Amino acid sequence: MALLQIAEPGQAAAPHQHKLAAGIDLGTTNSLVAAVRSGQAETLPDEQGRHLLPSVVRYTADHVETGHVASAQATRDPLNTIASAKRLIGRAVSDIKSLGKGLPYEFVQTDSSVPRIHTMAGDVSPIEVSAEILKVLARRAEDTLGGELSGVVITVPAYFDDAQRQATKDAARLAGLHVFRLLNEPTAAAVAYGLDRGADGVHAIFDLGGGTFDISILRLNKGVFEVLSTGGDSALGGDDFDQAVAEWIMQQAGIADDAEHKVLRQLMQDARHAKEALSDAESVDLDIAIPGGGRWRGRLDRDTFNALVDPLIRKTINACRRALRDAGVDVEEIQDVVMVGGSTRMPRVREKVGEFFRQPPLVDIDPDRVVALGAAIQADVLAGNKPDDEILLLDVTPLSLGLETMGGLVEKLIPRNTTIPVARAQEFTTFKDGQTAMVVHVVQGEREMAEHCRSLARFELRGIPPMVAGAARIRVTFAVDADGLLNVEAEELSQGVKASVTVKPSYGLSDEEITGMLQASFEHAEEDLEERRLAEARVEGMRVVEALQAALAKDGEALLNAEERERIDTALQQLVEAIEVDDAGVIDTQAKHVEKVCEFYVERRMNTGIQEAMAGHNVNEFE
Amino acid sequence: MGISLTETAAERVRSFLDNRGKGVGVRLAVKTSGCSGMAYVIEFVDELDEENDVVFEDHGVKLVVDKKSLLYLDGTEVDFGREGLNEGFKFNNPNAKASCGCGESFTV
Repeated sequence: MALLQIAEPGQAAAPHQHKLAAGIDLGTTNSLVAAVRSGQAETLPDEQGRHLLPSVVRYTADHVETGHVASAQATRDPLNTIASAKRLIGRAVSDIKSLGKGLPYEFVQTDSSVPRIHTMAGDVSPIEVSAEILKVLARRAEDTLGGELSGVVITVPAYFDDAQRQATKDAARLAGLHVFRLLNEPTAAAVAYGLDRGADGVHAIFDLGGGTFDISILRLNKGVFEVLSTGGDSALGGDDFDQAVAEWIMQQAGIADDAEHKVLRQLMQDARHAKEALSDAESVDLDIAIPGGGRWRGRLDRDTFNALVDPLIRKTINACRRALRDAGVDVEEIQDVVMVGGSTRMPRVREKVGEFFRQPPLVDIDPDRVVALGAAIQADVLAGNKPDDEILLLDVTPLSLGLETMGGLVEKLIPRNTTIPVARAQEFTTFKDGQTAMVVHVVQGEREMAEHCRSLARFELRGIPPMVAGAARIRVTFAVDADGLLNVEAEELSQGVKASVTVKPSYGLSDEEITGMLQASFEHAEEDLEERRLAEARVEGMRVVEALQAALAKDGEALLNAEERERIDTALQQLVEAIEVDDAGVIDTQAKHVEKVCEFYVERRMNTGIQEAMAGHNVNEFE
Repeated sequence: MGISLTETAAERVRSFLDNRGKGVGVRLAVKTSGCSGMAYVIEFVDELDEENDVVFEDHGVKLVVDKKSLLYLDGTEVDFGREGLNEGFKFNNPNAKASCGCGESFTV
């Protein structure tokens, strides 16, 4: 007997035609899967009734373990047990070196830009590790919902760049899943609270998990969430709070810092239990075994605990302040504060966040599950299980996308905060006579010069028919799909030759960097303007030089006497030298000077040109 | 005769309705599709069709059935059950003579 779910009026699907969909919160420490059933979003537990799946995969010689089983072996078999793959996904080997110093894995040296970890089962990439986690969650959803999933929504941090998003999609594909779309985690949390159906306004999403802290400022504008700013600390979370408590216990009980690893781990567990107990109780009694015999008994009250954790909470509040400043909004403008992540259960965190934002934060939905629930609601809409009048949530590009033009300048095709999917095209032309190839350098960022932006991809369009400079027409199209992935295509319009690129995993970008990039564009606004002027003057100067040299080569001998030729050559030489100098004014002046010196020459060329054109024709033909 | 539901099923329906925030009850119906002739439908009800609907009440839940479906459903008891990880509503229909393997559709 099939088990049926209650459908919305008129929405009951034909048998065997249910569109099953799930939302997946693919987390650094834990992952979750949720689905909408009988109009209600809920996270789905496994056979043992556990909702959270530790994001840990262990590779043995003959099989792969995932979740609780794998995480139980983490300390015994650290090299083959991969945790926190999310920190590595979509990153280049060079990034991993700087961020992976705390990671115990053996990274394999490869030519490809994707890092691989050596395990007993062979070398695996972070994408494959994530795929294993997705597979387990998808299977759980299919068992629970009683059928195959038509698609999933997977959440990613708001600061994930194109490479990290692409890598996450690749992981889903590897797991055999159809991805309806990737959704920003803070956006998913806002959806779970139904903020997308409320009035337009600015919301803050405070996400304090086990090992990471993220603050996002979102603006809802006509059903579209824009990410105004993100901030946080990728190494601050509940574990640090446990650590603070553990250190206090060690101090009180007289346990040395260099105690055995096993003792320290037990202490961390005791500390966590104490922390969790203090969410409800005013004080907690501790009974700790001291290494070498004996026990220590003591009491930790809430005031002492608060004093221990306040420095950590202050860090999160400072990040909130910075995020607000980056977003350019005042604290009074924040309509709602959504709490995400298990560590926001701590009353002290709620209190301080409430104090800072001057309003009680939203805590009704389980903070561990809120992101997955929002993803499930989106997945349900995208699967087509909702009436048409439900608006579809849209996302925006976090940074501007553009390409490098002559002189290292950036031409922005898609400005930041453009709603996606989006496609924009612009025509470009050649700089030199007879130019047959053009390099398209795709960059991301807010600065005026390409070297200050992030390089995403570089490709060449070949086969442009030789023409004079400026005659060729090359259309460059930037298309960002609903998942935030960028496809760039360049087409020469007369011959139809094309070249394109899809941005694939290459480099990573941390949340600090992304906010840093935004910040830098404001801080450097003036010098950027100066640089742009200089670069433009240079490009213009070089264009004059190129054109004049081409002309001189063609008819300089015929039209100029030695003295005239020398005057022009001198002016030209002065301009070439001026271009080397970092002063836009000097270049402009010299370029004007060359034009003035050459006036008679240009006139002479025109006359000759007309004479040539008219040669052999009757004057009447031109009337 | 009529339509009834078990205590467990009633509890679930009440909680789903509460969560949804609107709706007067649930509609039970059959439609002619599926691999074995007829298929069950269970939906939330926002508005009654005064002319064609028959309303039963059991365990404080309004069960709405249109007159045509009632011919196929009379005597049915709706239960809420669990099979492994999956859970949902079941129709125990005395009229069904055969149902397809999955039980989503049936013949009378």
